[in-house]
Amino acid sequence: MITMPKDARSRRLLAADEANNPTSEVLRFGPDKPLRLDAGVELTPFQIAYQTYGTLNEARTNAVLVCHALTGDQHAANAHPVTGKAGWWDVLIGPGRIVDTDRFFVICSNVIGGCLGSTGPASINPATGKPYGLDLPVITIPDMVRAQAMLVDHFGIDQLFCVIGGSMGGMQVLEWAASHSDRVFSALPIATGPRHSSQNIAFNEVGRQSVMADPDWCGGRYIEEDKRPEKGLAVARMAAHITYLSEAALHRKFGRNLQDRAHLTFGFDADFQIESYLRHQGMTFVDRFDANSYLYMTRAMDYFDLAADHDGRLADAFAGTSTRFCLVSFTSDWLFPTSESRSVVHALNAAGASVSFVEIETDRGHDAFLLDEPELFAAINGFINSAARAYGLPEADQ
Amino acid sequence: MSQEPPKLTIGERQARFDLDVVASYIEPRAKVLDVGCGDGLLLEKLAGEKQVDGRGVELSQRGVNECVARGLSVIQGDADTDLVFYPDRGFDYVILSQTLQATKNPKAVLEHLLRIGDKVIVSIPNFGYWPNRVGLAFKGQMPVNRHLPYSWYDTPNIHFCTIRDFVKLCDEVGAKVESAAALNGSGQEIGLSMPWWFWNFFGQQAVFMLRR
Repeated sequence: MITMPKDARSRRLLAADEANNPTSEVLRFGPDKPLRLDAGVELTPFQIAYQTYGTLNEARTNAVLVCHALTGDQHAANAHPVTGKAGWWDVLIGPGRIVDTDRFFVICSNVIGGCLGSTGPASINPATGKPYGLDLPVITIPDMVRAQAMLVDHFGIDQLFCVIGGSMGGMQVLEWAASHSDRVFSALPIATGPRHSSQNIAFNEVGRQSVMADPDWCGGRYIEEDKRPEKGLAVARMAAHITYLSEAALHRKFGRNLQDRAHLTFGFDADFQIESYLRHQGMTFVDRFDANSYLYMTRAMDYFDLAADHDGRLADAFAGTSTRFCLVSFTSDWLFPTSESRSVVHALNAAGASVSFVEIETDRGHDAFLLDEPELFAAINGFINSAARAYGLPEADQ
Repeated sequence: MSQEPPKLTIGERQARFDLDVVASYIEPRAKVLDVGCGDGLLLEKLAGEKQVDGRGVELSQRGVNECVARGLSVIQGDADTDLVFYPDRGFDYVILSQTLQATKNPKAVLEHLLRIGDKVIVSIPNFGYWPNRVGLAFKGQMPVNRHLPYSWYDTPNIHFCTIRDFVKLCDEVGAKVESAAALNGSGQEIGLSMPWWFWNFFGQQAVFMLRR
């Protein structure tokens, strides 16, 4: 039985407020600038919530766009407004860090369909005065990227020095490189793939069904009913979290260790540490994430298929590209195994693109891209520095 | 991935005389693919001295990670299986230095190289080098020496050939030899005027520039 902490309601209110009035910078697009969606409709008005770090140089050539993953947000390198925790890529981005904010102008925006201030299912639909819920059209990865391009336009940036992201963020990087190749000098897609596999769609479906099976989901209208499908969303997160780790890492971390007890209880309480850990992951997730947004994000990943948009030939997605690529995968990632990255590498080879590819040996699974992985940092550092030299950006201060 | 090409250590770097010869064949600012690029020594040299647009393929993950950390465009891949993904005439030069003997199918690899590059530069250790012959003839054992440091059971070099053998393979796949150099054990070039049998006996390694 998952029980929610008492102060959950106050954090829930905070999260709901972030959806409409975020603490981030917000760029609002009126009826004159609708967002064209793959679903065949236009989203208008809409808004993008974003964070920036560092300073845009005069020539506007030092911009790095960071794309977040499924449950990430724009708070890549600052404290999270709801949880107070450090930014999700704080280890990588900052002054003197690998993505050096003394050198680069880093932009990270909440994706369309998200719940931290960019237009998503928890946002108020101006046509009804109520939250969109499932009335929001299905959002795709190309839709997210199209919105990001409008944000990049706002800064007057013609070409991004680098677009970087992992997992769903990596899908956005690939989409940027495929659809806006002239606007991307270098691309760093990490732990990702050119499409969502059948197994990944299956996992996502389990998560969605878990949310929708919660009676508090209310057909997607839970905000108006002042309810939250917290149990359904927590279970979805628990199941998904397993796919972010690896069997070896789980065993190393938890083994069959018991949680605060010496013996099995012969009941269904969290006897094992791994159970307790997963329950904690589920409970803390619902504080900061909107359940409908989870449905939209997972759907966007499921729909992503870069080759399908090019008559099944992935190489055609990158035809004539001059973008420099560096792909990274992790040996124990079973959500986006190395074979997925390799298929992109082969397509890029066929397209004659400049591409590096590193497979990093780790037992930390898919989530390794968010962690302090020295080999990952060395690869990113080498790639970014050589790209910066090729782009004519000044060397970092020693 | 059990068979990895020989790893270069700092000490061995001085012994890679073939790299100077390979580099001398390459025009400035060319597009170059180095298959079996190891830790990127040659690519780095070419980028620095010839401003080439260089790419690499390397089997060992350690080599790839080192290359990428040094800012080179290198992917983890296998000459036997991954060359098929490269388009025809995608590069001005394709280099295969001291790697052909470690591939499963040298003939198919060579054919792919000729398809991918306008010019193909191959360097090979010469199994016909006289100390190897002496070892086999008088000791009756597979040679293990400074240039061929592996025992027969742990060597990654599964397809050794002599300079003559290689020239014959070039004929078979329709490759024309544009330039060639044999290097003796001290890395000195053997005079061009010398006949093939001399190269085949005194050459410790050889470098060829081929084209279709």
